[in-house]
Amino acid sequence: MQFGIMSVSDITRDPVSGHTPSEAERIKNIVRIAVHAEEVGLDVFAIGEHHNPPFFSSSPTTLLSHIAALTEKLTVTTSTTLITTNDPVRLAEEYAMLQHLAGGRMDLMLGRGNTAPVYPWFGQDIRQGLPLALENYNLLHRLWREDVVDWEGQFRTPLQGFTSTPRPLDDVPPFVWHGSIRTPEIAEQAAFYGNGYFANNIFWPKEHYQRLIKFYRQRFEHYGHGTRKQAIVGLGGQAFLAKNSQDAHDQFRPYFNEAPVYGHGPTMEDFEEMTPLSVGSPQEVIDKTLTFREAFGDYQRQLFLVDHAGLPVDTVLQQLDLLGEHVVPVLRAELEARRDPEAPANPPSHADLIKAKYGDQAPRQPRPNANRGDNVTGGSPYQDSETSVESYPTL
Amino acid sequence: MTDFRLVVVSAGVSDPSSTRLLADRATQRVTALARERGHAVTVTTVDLRELLQELPAALSSQLLGPRFTRAVDALVAADAIVAAAPVYKAGASGLFTSFFQVLDNDLLIGKPVILAATAGTARHALVVDEEMRALFAYLRALPVPTSLFASTEDWTDTALGTRIDRAARELVLLMESGFARAVRDDAWGAYQHSYGSAGGTEVDIDLDSDMMRLATGGSLRPGGEDDPFDPRRA
Repeated sequence: MQFGIMSVSDITRDPVSGHTPSEAERIKNIVRIAVHAEEVGLDVFAIGEHHNPPFFSSSPTTLLSHIAALTEKLTVTTSTTLITTNDPVRLAEEYAMLQHLAGGRMDLMLGRGNTAPVYPWFGQDIRQGLPLALENYNLLHRLWREDVVDWEGQFRTPLQGFTSTPRPLDDVPPFVWHGSIRTPEIAEQAAFYGNGYFANNIFWPKEHYQRLIKFYRQRFEHYGHGTRKQAIVGLGGQAFLAKNSQDAHDQFRPYFNEAPVYGHGPTMEDFEEMTPLSVGSPQEVIDKTLTFREAFGDYQRQLFLVDHAGLPVDTVLQQLDLLGEHVVPVLRAELEARRDPEAPANPPSHADLIKAKYGDQAPRQPRPNANRGDNVTGGSPYQDSETSVESYPTL
Repeated sequence: MTDFRLVVVSAGVSDPSSTRLLADRATQRVTALARERGHAVTVTTVDLRELLQELPAALSSQLLGPRFTRAVDALVAADAIVAAAPVYKAGASGLFTSFFQVLDNDLLIGKPVILAATAGTARHALVVDEEMRALFAYLRALPVPTSLFASTEDWTDTALGTRIDRAARELVLLMESGFARAVRDDAWGAYQHSYGSAGGTEVDIDLDSDMMRLATGGSLRPGGEDDPFDPRRA
């Protein structure tokens, strides 16, 4: 079971001190937070993608490759990468590059984005959000698996003889999660390709996700990727910890009350009651997190939101200390003890995917032929392709 | 004989409330008429005042508290509804409007409704027909032809009793016709839905759709022969 943190990259005024961090401050701090996540023994750091203030994370691969360079074991990922407004060709290129630089310690999660004005900035229309997401992923999937792609769809300009470079590390595509909380088509697509399914598990009561996760598991089995227990599920959650429950509530309340999205709405106690938010002592957070498994079955990745709503960086780092020292080790042991042996302990790592593709053979290392100026002639621009040389006249 | 479930939604906030009083009079007539015709009626009353504390969360985060959830469950099971609002500043009260705006779009499809409003002056008489009726049209509910409106002078006028009687009769006839259930059984798929859009009851997943084909590696592109701008024609 993997544990980690996810950030939405909001730059929010600290309601207690009145301080609003500069973009420079927040970006520097997110790197500290990610590095500290590894130091306290967490497995995953995830960053969102936004193209409007007050968020800073417009360029997740740049940030994640930097974090990967500063860490040894941490898996870097996204929560989420916009599969609607990004060109799938650029996603294929950028995330393959990240995969190389991170030595395979990465994956990515795809989401649609629900901010209508962002779409036209990238030449898209939110009313087409769902077909865009589905079609774009279909293309991304092929770009990472076929050296040369001919493709045409509804939204993007057609491709003839296109090769996305660099090819994925060891010619093994990064593992992909599809994030959704209310769209059966996204769950179906995740199941069809045998990818992971992630429910952010933050804003709504769990019944909403329960049905879709069940559907995803059924369809994963239907498409022959394994049993429904073997489907790869990830969950979000948010926690705020202190040594005792009362301190946690007192410290977090001003941030909760002013938080973007749910601030000025429900009381914190109602929100704790009705959603996966846990505020309290380590034991309370452990107990609440263990209920996720009961609701959704054995799952492979748990991400906590800990750095939002204007919480100062020192508080966030302390939260990581508490998570790493008092919560995660207990959860690891408890969840491992309860896990059905049929269910995978972790989502597939790069090493797992190499093994699945090559067994004991050495992985393919694509080496391009000498530049011939285009990808159109011949079968593949890579040296291990049989038809590539014959089809091009030698001089 | 049928056992009908009637849900009364009242947005009156004083106690006693004239809005609640109007809703109760309509409910009594509906119950009496239905019994005369050999039916039993179970009445559930949702006093929106009791949901006030949960309203901010529902409006800002779509997070329904326990009372809201009970109200939704009652409406899902309802055969007919009496919905009554006080008129404030020339419109149905914010509490009334907010409650129905928070509900899932598909919750009330085909359900017969008596619309009722109270006000301090007869000048607000058209609020029921011009405003509340539009809201229920959006929800694809079926308001009865007779709307109920009571301002101060109506409470002493026997004509109000006549209108209540007429509205109640219309509601009972629509309940008896089984229209709401038939629409749901026979034509549910003809209405636009989204996943989970009827209080957690609309959870069928249609695998035979263009979007599902696209989700599983298919294409949205048509054949291309009829598209003069299709690059493949050149």
